[in-house]
Amino acid sequence: MLEVRNLRRSFGGVAAIDGVDLAVAAREILAIIGPNGAGKSTLFNLITGHLRPDAGSVRLGDRDVTGMAPHRLCALGVARSFQRTNIFPKLTVFENVQAALIAHRGRGRDLWSRAEGLFRDEAQALLRDVNLLDKADTAGGALSHGNQKQLELGIALAGNPEILLLDEPTAGMSAAETRDSMALLRRIAAERGLTLLFTEHDMEVVFSTAQRIAVLHQGRVIAAGTPEAIRGDAEVRRVYLGDRQ
Amino acid sequence: MLEPSFLVGQALSGLTAAMFLFIVAAGLSLVFGVLRVLNFAHGSFYMLGAYLAWQVTQWLGVVTGSFWLSALGAAAGVAILGGAIERCLLRHLYGKEDLYQLLLTYALVLILGDAARILWGTQQLAMPRPAGLTGSFELAGAVVPYYNFFIIVLGPLIAGGCWLLLSRTGVGRMIRAAAYDREMLAALGADTGRLYTLMFMAGSFLAGLGGALVTPVRSIVPGMDVEIIVEAFIVVVIGGLGSFWGTFLGAIIFGQVLAFGILILPGFSIFAVFALMAIVLIARPAGLLGRPLA
Amino acid sequence: MTGLRRVPWAPVVWLALLCVPWLGSRFYTFLATEIAIFALFAVSLNLLLGYTGLVSFGHAAYFGVGAYACAILMKTHGVPFPLAFAAAGVAAAAFALVFGFFCVRSTKIYFAMLTLAFAQIVWAICFKWNSVTGGEQGFSNVPYPDLGWMAAVPGLGALRVADQYFLLVMALTGIAFVVLRRLVDSPFGRMLTAIRENPERAEFVGLNVRLYQIAAFAIAGAFAGFAGALFGIFNRGVFPDFAYWSKSAEVLIMAILGGMGSFWGPAVGAAALTLLNHQITAVTQYWPLVLGIVLVVLLFAFPGGIVGALAAARTRVRARSRA
Repeated sequence: MLEVRNLRRSFGGVAAIDGVDLAVAAREILAIIGPNGAGKSTLFNLITGHLRPDAGSVRLGDRDVTGMAPHRLCALGVARSFQRTNIFPKLTVFENVQAALIAHRGRGRDLWSRAEGLFRDEAQALLRDVNLLDKADTAGGALSHGNQKQLELGIALAGNPEILLLDEPTAGMSAAETRDSMALLRRIAAERGLTLLFTEHDMEVVFSTAQRIAVLHQGRVIAAGTPEAIRGDAEVRRVYLGDRQ
Repeated sequence: MLEPSFLVGQALSGLTAAMFLFIVAAGLSLVFGVLRVLNFAHGSFYMLGAYLAWQVTQWLGVVTGSFWLSALGAAAGVAILGGAIERCLLRHLYGKEDLYQLLLTYALVLILGDAARILWGTQQLAMPRPAGLTGSFELAGAVVPYYNFFIIVLGPLIAGGCWLLLSRTGVGRMIRAAAYDREMLAALGADTGRLYTLMFMAGSFLAGLGGALVTPVRSIVPGMDVEIIVEAFIVVVIGGLGSFWGTFLGAIIFGQVLAFGILILPGFSIFAVFALMAIVLIARPAGLLGRPLA
Repeated sequence: MTGLRRVPWAPVVWLALLCVPWLGSRFYTFLATEIAIFALFAVSLNLLLGYTGLVSFGHAAYFGVGAYACAILMKTHGVPFPLAFAAAGVAAAAFALVFGFFCVRSTKIYFAMLTLAFAQIVWAICFKWNSVTGGEQGFSNVPYPDLGWMAAVPGLGALRVADQYFLLVMALTGIAFVVLRRLVDSPFGRMLTAIRENPERAEFVGLNVRLYQIAAFAIAGAFAGFAGALFGIFNRGVFPDFAYWSKSAEVLIMAILGGMGSFWGPAVGAAALTLLNHQITAVTQYWPLVLGIVLVVLLFAFPGGIVGALAAARTRVRARSRA
């Protein structure tokens, strides 16, 4: 579904991503983990077109999408959430999702219709899916952190994506919020047949949700495989826990 | 028309304009680098520097060194005004959106512009060159006024002095740290409030100094505040916001384009610099030597 | 309180203003015409400022372009008003498209100063192109449009030309407001607010953010051009300072004074500032000083402008009445 080959990107002489190969199969849940500074966010930005790679390629299906502008990539079924919650703060929850729907359905060029009730049913369905229907009239900026993440998920889903990239989806969440959030994510992914690619620090989340894990260290993938394989990988242990053995 | 004497003359005239502009733009760039505020009223400080210098010479009368005294006095006066503005007005808007700070400086342009009009009227004022720098000499057939030459030498001196301050002193290190990450600096216990006030005063000083020094060459007139701020902004943009040497480079390029643009489109040389700015921004949106705005 | 809310204020005010000519005062007609034109100018800016989140310091450039285009076409080339008026909007939009293309490549401060720089170019062109624009002296004796057809309408034939022109201005600005209102209430308008709120997120719901910003820029410019065209005729002359940065400052302050968070805020601000201007300039020539002070007070005390302050007051009253 998504294939990254030999991706490279440097900043001022320092290689942030140094030859990454990655493949995500359709409907798979892949987690990318790695110590701080390993390059996880950079990798995401390279895949989603926020950064241009110095070398390498990104393929979506059989299509080369390397360095494609984010708004075009979005139209191909890629959705993304950001590390710092990224919603439209002064718009209401309903308007947030409605805006996403308008954009995705290409109605943004409509200069004449009334936007007020547009896509009301679809928006409400989405809000129901992410458990925010009761807060539809609250301003996005007034929501709690966890609710904002839910809203962000709703915005991402508005485009009917095939693959969802999530940058640290449980960052800043309490244990309870994390549980609920991941349960929601798993349910939605299963219901819609989504492919999930996410980065995380919380190992419990990773090992309970991911079907495969890739470990990023200093810009390279040092190990990739099932959770059990990763758990037992010596190299991974060394990178995370230092040379103890 | 393309005789060496003409070319040399134009190039030197461009360098003079560049150095005047650099002195002003350096202040703008420094303030932006640390405070992240683009002080629209920087041009008003320039104008006030000119008016104040004129005023001080009126008070001093015929005294040796009156020009230099009034220039430094004017710059100091403007710096004090800048400090007062920063402490009493600008400071209270730091937490709010950029727009508010920009609008405040915009309001200051209106207020200070009329203040100058009230105090000094709308007549053009002029200042003579300082004794000792009158007259001119010849270089490759071109006539070079001593005063212009002085400015051409002063520019790099100021640039060098600022660079030394920024890179070799403790204060300079703090300034550079503040430019990179002011929250961290505050967390480390540095008195960022005082640093901001000092930086704003330093920037205002440079603006006032530029204004005072330009008086023998250009007439003091209302409207010089907006004219200079647009030019200073172009210089800083071309060089890159936040890059000190970028400002220097931008000033030099600006000066030469202005000087030789007259050859291409007489009377419309100002368009040449706008075109230059547009070209630079297309090729490098952060300026020639600048970093992208976070 | 809710009863007051139901009243469609905008059409009511518009209809009330239409009666001004029959008050019989030259001054009231003059004032009302000026307010209507500047209301359009300010609301057009707010499409950029309040709705798209783009702070323009050079909006007067398009006002000036529209004014000169219409006046020059009508006087120098004898083009009839409807055509000249339309051309003014097109010309202003064209300038805005070109300038906007460069400006939106930058953000925030860069953007604001770039708009200023481009506006100064326009001003310089108007100032120096003596043969076409009349240069520093300006372009005077701009003719009124042919209003003879008004004589056919009962009751209008007896009015003075200035009053008839006022009615034409009200009609045209009225149409402009309806169009602008439709625009901001449309899906396109929603996209603009989304971009204002979070350009990064907007990009990743599939919006080509720059394209939308340029579109907003061009539309705002077009309507500013329409306002300029009307003003040039009203003023009986077009001058370079129509495009000068101080005009841009005035319209920006109008928008902020009235409140950029609502559609009609800037119109309210235009009315307030115009009235204030007339009061102040009758007493002193230092209008910029007053303007600057007004802006400072707004920034510190009333960031939401008049409409914002009223809305806040209403919320407080409601909260108190509920307690």
